[in-house]
Amino acid sequence: MNKAEPLIARYSHKDYKSAVKPIWCPGCGHFGVESSLFRALAYLELPPEQVAIISGIGCSSRIPAYTQCYGFHGVHGRAPAVATGLKLARPELTVIVTSGDGDAFSIGGNHFIHACRRNVDMTLLVMDNEVYGMTKGQPSPTTPADWDSKIAPGGTGVNPFAPLAVALASGANFIARGFSGDPNGVARLLVEAIQHPGFSFVQVLSPCVTYRPEEKFWKKMVHSSSVEPTHDPAVAGHRLLSDDGFTTGVFYIGNRPTYTATVGTSDNDLSAIEEELAI
Amino acid sequence: MGSGGAGAITTGSLLLEAAGQVGWYGLLTRSVGPQIRGGEALAMVRLAPTPVTGHGDRYDVLVALDWHNASRFIAEVPLDEKSLILADTEGGDPPPAILATGAHLVTLPFTDLADELPGARPNLLALGMLSELLGIPMDSTTQAVIRTLSDKGLSAAHATDALAAGGQLTTTFPHTQRLAPPKPRDTGRYWLITGNQAAALGALRGGVRFAAVYPITPATDLSEWMAPRLQKLGGQLIQAEDEIASMNMVLGASFGGIPSMTITSGPGLALMTETLGLAVAAEIPAVVVNVMRGGPSTGIPTKSEQSDLNIALYGLHGDAPHLVLASQSVADCLITTQWAVHLSETLQCPAIVLSDQFMGQALTICERPAPLPDAPPRRIAAAGGDRYDRYALTEDGISPMAIPGTLGRQHTADGLEHNAHGTPSSGAADHLAQLNKRCTKLEQYDYGDAWAEIDGEGETVVLTWGSTAAAVLEAATQARASGLAVKVIALRLLSPTQPDKMALAMRGARRALVVEQSHSAQFHHFLRAYYPLPDQVEVISRPGPLPIRPGEVLNLLLHGNQS
Repeated sequence: MNKAEPLIARYSHKDYKSAVKPIWCPGCGHFGVESSLFRALAYLELPPEQVAIISGIGCSSRIPAYTQCYGFHGVHGRAPAVATGLKLARPELTVIVTSGDGDAFSIGGNHFIHACRRNVDMTLLVMDNEVYGMTKGQPSPTTPADWDSKIAPGGTGVNPFAPLAVALASGANFIARGFSGDPNGVARLLVEAIQHPGFSFVQVLSPCVTYRPEEKFWKKMVHSSSVEPTHDPAVAGHRLLSDDGFTTGVFYIGNRPTYTATVGTSDNDLSAIEEELAI
Repeated sequence: MGSGGAGAITTGSLLLEAAGQVGWYGLLTRSVGPQIRGGEALAMVRLAPTPVTGHGDRYDVLVALDWHNASRFIAEVPLDEKSLILADTEGGDPPPAILATGAHLVTLPFTDLADELPGARPNLLALGMLSELLGIPMDSTTQAVIRTLSDKGLSAAHATDALAAGGQLTTTFPHTQRLAPPKPRDTGRYWLITGNQAAALGALRGGVRFAAVYPITPATDLSEWMAPRLQKLGGQLIQAEDEIASMNMVLGASFGGIPSMTITSGPGLALMTETLGLAVAAEIPAVVVNVMRGGPSTGIPTKSEQSDLNIALYGLHGDAPHLVLASQSVADCLITTQWAVHLSETLQCPAIVLSDQFMGQALTICERPAPLPDAPPRRIAAAGGDRYDRYALTEDGISPMAIPGTLGRQHTADGLEHNAHGTPSSGAADHLAQLNKRCTKLEQYDYGDAWAEIDGEGETVVLTWGSTAAAVLEAATQARASGLAVKVIALRLLSPTQPDKMALAMRGARRALVVEQSHSAQFHHFLRAYYPLPDQVEVISRPGPLPIRPGEVLNLLLHGNQS
């Protein structure tokens, strides 16, 4: 998609928004991400009933109730598994997982890795604010090691990990990063991610103004990628591991075959199976 | 019995198959150590002219291919002075505990003979010998051997020679007269099937077309048997990264409208409980078949126990009413699992089916279970433009479920407490209304007669559940022959409880026996919590892996607690 092309919505983004008022704090980055998601769905002209938004637990995971799409608000960290089951059962649906850094990378880390590896056709949107917001300010796997908090005075002493590099190593088929302060940019990334076959991972830096007020300065730190996306995982790996974590854009577009163990038309004739057991 | 790899289990399976071909009923149960190779393996075969569902009290014949690890499971093989032990001369010395039984020991040159015959192995010689001893025509045994072993390179001629040589061995030792052949059975009406296969088939009959699983003993063979057959029916079984993912994939697929299940054992069930609570709250149908093994923790993965009753009943956090069912025999694994699918789909509620290693991995000859009547499909919301309340408070507590893709019925399935519409709510009134709804739908449903199997009449009632029902039913039959009127109530539906039906079934009871295979008497305490029992109550509650045998139940029935 041409970056210069404006997003002209054939559906209105309002068609995807429910009447439920978000619980997010004023100024939360997630408002922008939600808006970007609705713009992307509108641009793709996806009927709301053909879209399923699956989430776990956390501020970001509240999104399903705020949409007019089908939603599933499950347990902490397991949304990629729910989405996998749904997509295999109903391959015609557009399946999007909305998650946060604690949900996707900590409690859900194993499912994150294996969802990347399995490559079911879905999109994982992680709103990364480098903190647990809903439980009022604990460090997550992307929080800097020296960030002081009540639960870890003086910092955790544990280095944050690089989720995009993990996704690449695990086999994700599309890897991108956006910034919630650039809703148009995030919408474009999401359009590409949803359209690309297989498992797409989009990390959106989404400041938590309440527990990480310093993240308001992220808008001065983010910078868009000066290079085109690569299809070569080795090149993408080098870029991701040498990146400062604030580069936005598409890092990697793969062409791995999509996982296709989908449920088909059911045959209810069990006679051949039962005959195997006859004695 | 023999060391792992000696072929004890194969010998037992082939013997049962050959016996089944000529009209015997039978049951093969397995006991193995944790090792994949080089451990120990025991195949316990019980044959009878009538259907067999459980262990007996003793064994007539023990064939020892070797004695290397026999002491580890000799407690599982009760022998007496009427028993015959046929042991390989090359198999080492029998353990003193074996000799102390008084059984008649004969050593035979299985290995020496096998070395002289091309393609032969000691277990094949033993099979030929057993076949001759039991009066099973050698043709039938040969066919069973060729069906199973020809793809391992055994030729028909070599199999025939080895079996014949084994049969000849019976002339070298004295033994009691041969068994009369059983009445021939109608062909086509009978199955050779394991409980795990039966559970898989029940799920398929019930309409399950998606399964997500994680390997765990002793449930894995259920998943492995189901996977290719599910594909043939247009479905899928996939291996998830762990049990938590399995359970969540199942909810995702079921949310998508496909009846779905997972298959596990104790440790896996423990990992699934949080998500089962989600299925309760979000009202998503899902079936978990839990093939119980010895616990807690890794416990005894290869051997049976009824100790997951508590976690199945009480393991979910919060007030989370759900379905718990228990299979009672190999064949009943089919019936109960299929019923669980029906109930789960109808009531939009997760169902845990408790099977166990004994039933799951036992191979038996049984009559084809009759198909259950077709159940109405899940109550679905059709497309529409009017207001849709996913969790509407209906009279029977069941609210139509919209499947993603249905126009105008978008909603969020939510583990957060919600109002009737599905919007998250932490209000007291919504919480109470939804708790009542989820409780009501299970309580108002008419489960019919299938909630328990009830056998006989009498003031003495034996209450049991799961695979121990087989030993209890056998003991009750023997007790009646001794003049004691005994009624057996074996519960199939453990949750929700059925107080009215139980009160009717227990009318006139003056003495109750509770029989279960758990150290802490989980079933007894469950009964105490929910059902009135008569003043006189006696309990057999023993952990695995030793099975509850008919003789000890009979002894308690006839003589009471005399210790």
